[in-house]
Amino acid sequence: MPQHAYKYSAAKLLRHGLTRGTWPRMWRQPEFKDTYDVVIIGGGLHGLATAYYLATEHGITNVAVLDKGYLGGGGSGRNTAIVRSNYLTPEGVAFYDRSLHLYNTMADDLNLNVMFSRRGHLTLAHTDSALRTMHWRAEVNKLQGIDSSVIDPSDVKKEAPSLDVSPNTRYPILGALFHPPGGTVRHDAVVWGYARAADHHGVHLHQQTEVLDILCEGGTGPEGKGPGGKVTGVRTSRGDISAPIVVNCTAGWASLISNMAGVPLPITTHPLQAAVTEPTKVFLPTVVVSGSLHVYVSQTDRGELVFGASVDPVGTYRVNGTLEFTEELAGHVLELMPGISKMRLMRQWSGLCDMTPDYSPVMGFTPVEGYLVDVGWGTYGFKAGPVSGETMARTIATGKTDEMIAPFNLSRFTEGDLVGEKGAAAVGH
Amino acid sequence: MIIVPCPHCGPRNSVDLRNCGEVVNRPNPDTATLTEWRTYLYLRENAAGWVSETWYCRAGCRRYFTIERNTVTNEIRDQS
Ligand SMILES: Cc1cc2nc3c(=O)[nH]c(=O)nc-3n(C[C@H](O)[C@H](O)[C@H](O)COP(=O)(O)OP(=O)(O)OC[C@H]3O[C@@H](n4cnc5c(N)ncnc54)[C@H](O)[C@@H]3O)c2cc1C
Ligand SMILES: [Zn+2]
Repeated sequence: MPQHAYKYSAAKLLRHGLTRGTWPRMWRQPEFKDTYDVVIIGGGLHGLATAYYLATEHGITNVAVLDKGYLGGGGSGRNTAIVRSNYLTPEGVAFYDRSLHLYNTMADDLNLNVMFSRRGHLTLAHTDSALRTMHWRAEVNKLQGIDSSVIDPSDVKKEAPSLDVSPNTRYPILGALFHPPGGTVRHDAVVWGYARAADHHGVHLHQQTEVLDILCEGGTGPEGKGPGGKVTGVRTSRGDISAPIVVNCTAGWASLISNMAGVPLPITTHPLQAAVTEPTKVFLPTVVVSGSLHVYVSQTDRGELVFGASVDPVGTYRVNGTLEFTEELAGHVLELMPGISKMRLMRQWSGLCDMTPDYSPVMGFTPVEGYLVDVGWGTYGFKAGPVSGETMARTIATGKTDEMIAPFNLSRFTEGDLVGEKGAAAVGH
Repeated sequence: MIIVPCPHCGPRNSVDLRNCGEVVNRPNPDTATLTEWRTYLYLRENAAGWVSETWYCRAGCRRYFTIERNTVTNEIRDQS
């Protein structure tokens, strides 16, 4: 962090606690300029991380991050905060593992406690085919040096004693993929950490600034949009901005933005719901995922159980909780942990997810020059935030697609070269 | 809850049906180029607003039909 940054420390915490003094704002409210070198649409984790690495790794600081709402108001502030790297494809594994490494040092790098809890991650198998996929994943993982192995029910019981591993349940647990480096991170802190650091390095963070159109010239579509053209800027609710590079980091809204540039995406938007219970004494040491039961659960440091599931089956931009979700969730969780039947749900919420056909993201350049995407993050984009920012920044700064994200280019859909991650990402995010 | 009016079974909870997504025109498989075919398979408008979409009445008459739904409010209106 540069000199002028307000550094957090234990001493400052103590002083503020004793004097009840106010903390300085985490980021400025910058002036709205009409030209930037890079405009990033979407002030979630991905947009902010991209801005941060542009500024810190590449010295590109004439950057604006625009959000129609508030920073972290999308999926970045709504997710269940699970991080892991035990994916299925070699491309996916390498990518997510780099992100875990960045999470490891993040608290120091950003001078903010992001509460990374490496508590281990268990994916349960209730069928032979699930067990087979887990062996496959474990082998792919091990080959890339990732701590990941298949364990049997008695070892599952040791890792998470509250699970019912008896053979008498409706869907007996046959084994699990165990991934000790996985865990949870405080999602808001990650958003605030990147925002604060990006701001300190000169990036302009504009909230309440909605992008209404992407300005292009030379393309084959109407108004010069579409393949063959190039980006000249964006039209926002606060005026036009000209910029040679515009990056789409809008997750659930990604198609709407991309259509503005004449670049349709292989994405449909689905809500994903989550819920928390009242707090109890901490009894669940790991993250537990069950693909067959469409549910996953972890316990926060405060003692609440956090539940999640698969996305809602009907694509929509409307985020509201449904009874179907709560009902199914409760039934399935009780299959796994009959002991918690008296616990009450306190809250339930929902966020938009940008689902792709192969459960992998869409990243990098597009057929419109200067228009880049970092989207298709579906239900797994929280863990990928740091590495996405790092690789997108490198791609923008060098003008060359970073090697790590090359497999995720939009062209894979027209070339028929998909990166199938459904086996590792459909339920466990 | 989204109530979907099946033309054969009447109003039903959407969980009884499958949402097959926005209506996309299928190119002729005999003449389409690979790019055209993959565009049809994967690319979507994913619009926010009124969208024509296909539903499959999974637990009822097992027929496919098209309706218009507003993807921002989930209101449904008749195609006609
Ligand atoms: C309930 C739930 C649980 C999840 N659990 C996990 C998990 O455990 N682990 C994991 O890895 N991932 C998880 N995810 C997925 C993860 O949250 C997302 O993939 C990730 O947050 C995407 O971050 P982002 O920065 O790309 O987008 P977002 O955080 O969604 O940010 C997009 C931003 O774009 C802005 N925007 C949209 N349109 C415009 C416009 N026209 N103009 C200006 N701004 C605009 C929005 O306001 C929003 O702030 C979960 C998601 C949900 C909903
Ligand atoms: Zn019917």
